[in-house]
Amino acid sequence: MVDPIKVYPAKPAKVYFYGTCLVDMFYPDAGIAGVELLEREGIEVLFPQNQTCCGQPAYTSGYHDEARSVARAQLDLFPGDWPIVVPSGSCGGMMRKHYPDLFKDTTDEVKAAEVAGRVWELTDFLLNVCHIKLEDLGEPTTVAMHTSCSARREMGVAEVGPKLLGQLKNVNLVEQIRPEECCGFGGTFAVRHPEISSAMVSEKVDALVDTGTRQFVTTDCGCLMNIAGYAEKNQKPVEGQHILSFLWSRTQGKGGSSHE
Amino acid sequence: MSETAEHTGHHIDVKEFHPRAQAAIHDPKIRKNFRSAMDGLMSKRKTAFEGWDLETLRDLGANVRLRALANLPDLLEQLEKKLIENGIRVHWAVDGDEACRIVRDICKARDAKTVIKGKSMVSEEMELNHYLEEQGIEALESDLGEYIVQLADETPSHIIMPAIHKNTGEISQLLHEKTGTDLSNDVEYLTASARLQLREKFMNADVGVSGVNFAVAETGTLCLVENEGNGRMTTTVPKCHIAVTGIEKVVPSMEDVSALLALLTRSATGQHITTYFNMISGPRKAEELDGPEEVHLVLVDNGRSSIYQDDELLDTLRCIRCGACMNHCPVYTRVGGHAYGTTYPGPIGKILMPHLIGLDEGRHLPSASSLCGACGEVCPVKIPIPDLLVRLRQESVDGDKLHPAKVRGHGAKRSSMEAMIWKGWAWMHASPGIYRFGTGAASKFRALQPSKAGAWTDYRTPPKLAAKTLHQRMKERGQ
Repeated sequence: MVDPIKVYPAKPAKVYFYGTCLVDMFYPDAGIAGVELLEREGIEVLFPQNQTCCGQPAYTSGYHDEARSVARAQLDLFPGDWPIVVPSGSCGGMMRKHYPDLFKDTTDEVKAAEVAGRVWELTDFLLNVCHIKLEDLGEPTTVAMHTSCSARREMGVAEVGPKLLGQLKNVNLVEQIRPEECCGFGGTFAVRHPEISSAMVSEKVDALVDTGTRQFVTTDCGCLMNIAGYAEKNQKPVEGQHILSFLWSRTQGKGGSSHE
Repeated sequence: MSETAEHTGHHIDVKEFHPRAQAAIHDPKIRKNFRSAMDGLMSKRKTAFEGWDLETLRDLGANVRLRALANLPDLLEQLEKKLIENGIRVHWAVDGDEACRIVRDICKARDAKTVIKGKSMVSEEMELNHYLEEQGIEALESDLGEYIVQLADETPSHIIMPAIHKNTGEISQLLHEKTGTDLSNDVEYLTASARLQLREKFMNADVGVSGVNFAVAETGTLCLVENEGNGRMTTTVPKCHIAVTGIEKVVPSMEDVSALLALLTRSATGQHITTYFNMISGPRKAEELDGPEEVHLVLVDNGRSSIYQDDELLDTLRCIRCGACMNHCPVYTRVGGHAYGTTYPGPIGKILMPHLIGLDEGRHLPSASSLCGACGEVCPVKIPIPDLLVRLRQESVDGDKLHPAKVRGHGAKRSSMEAMIWKGWAWMHASPGIYRFGTGAASKFRALQPSKAGAWTDYRTPPKLAAKTLHQRMKERGQ
């Protein structure tokens, strides 16, 4: 599942930023935070305005022709050989791991594999390509982290979030029980099997609340809207934000723990 | 549905997955029994692999299985030849019904009235117990978990721990009602009581039926992994031993067994080695003091050779039935094994059962997964379970007649409404201008966003549309 050996590129002058459709419509602050962090590292961010969606919803639902037509529309967005960074393990996993299979035996096979090879999950890129050093300007606070299953298992970045948070001297990272267990989002799974999904997310929220912290961060907006949405609806005392929003706000001297 | 299944009345309607899953989710006892059992099993597995280079071992396991499958037809022929040389009689069964008839005929030929059984998931697949019962042959399970499940007139809820859905109190109550055992919370007492009941049955059984973990082609040896000694009793005490197994269980040599065994016991129960490891190489020889007079092997296909035809689906056959995928599955942990209504529950069941019962009957199986990948991560032979789930989802909804149907029930879940929605979705997302217009308009009129969004908002608040999309904000930044 995870690439056996990850070979990180040297820090480039530019990157392509692939925002993802969830960030685009619901969490643009997380996208902007990612852009700001990259720019502070001296990297020029290219944002192809013609990007839409990686195609994953159709892919995991079994509609591969539809997924391919959407994915094909993304393949031409990255003409230079700059890395493509994605603020999501899930969409990143789709592009990095599944594009080569999706386009196998098609005329776009080579292009898809080439694009896939340049895709990086953004926190992984910040830590292991940019070698970012974060200076914490926020008040002391406590936070829990939920790494998405695709960030953990497809992109192999489970260690990255805690390492970045560990750089923040006033942030105490607490670990919930069963950190590696799925939050129950799973895309269309959440609406096809709502009872099972809600049984999963309710336990995830309880695990987060049990840590005593009032806030969590996550690598993926799918998990975020699932966990935070369940907590809000059921009045559980925990709020969430994308890890990029948290990292950016902590290093801007704005307090950090505020919700985006 | 087979004739046998109809007769027994034990066949659970797979299509009723949703109501059963929902009932399980709202049953605190089921939730607690599975959660605590699965937590225990996950932790034991983790401990058992400490100090091992697990990835290398899993690679080895995967390669052993891949190599065996690559030569499956030849290995099966070699196995048959060696088994016959060893004095083991070999039978081939196309499906569960034929396998049942073979077992019956062997029993009838010996005028057998009682069968004692070791644990065998293939015999569950065949629904052998009920078939034999109808034929006037008593079949008694001797694995403690299977024995409990049989007493309760249920099916196994886990492939390794069949009675995992019951706690000690429930088991005590059951044994009390069915066998007159005193009520007790002392597991040792309960086990000893069951042992006493079974011991007598072993002595008097005419035939022993067992499964097989590995069938070694080179030597014609049947390997059986177990903890209770009931497997050894089953295969040595009765005068006739019938082993039943799926055709995929064959491996080339004993060397292959060592890697798979190391992975199997650690993945399944977190044990470095099981209490018993049986290697059956033939019936009792003239100079030997014990062992059966007759040994049979029934090799059951039951859909496996059709899986074998497809390069991708073939990976399903790597499975060594350790159950680690269900132990780590967040869905299985919530709904338990019975909700699936299939012989094999959990992730492996979701990728295997559609081949045995068809995608029409098993239509809810491939979608009942968040694709979290925990199953694929722990699988000792690296079956890409999430990828196979996606493949089966594709098979379920594929309407393209140009693609030959690979799985029975291909396209059974296709609805023209859903297909149209995805076509519309694809059209919008493959047209950047339309996408930007649509998402921009949604943001602009976000005050009109409905507060309800189907099943999502039954349990959660809806995600809130931002005032401006990332596209718009990046454009404003000149990017």
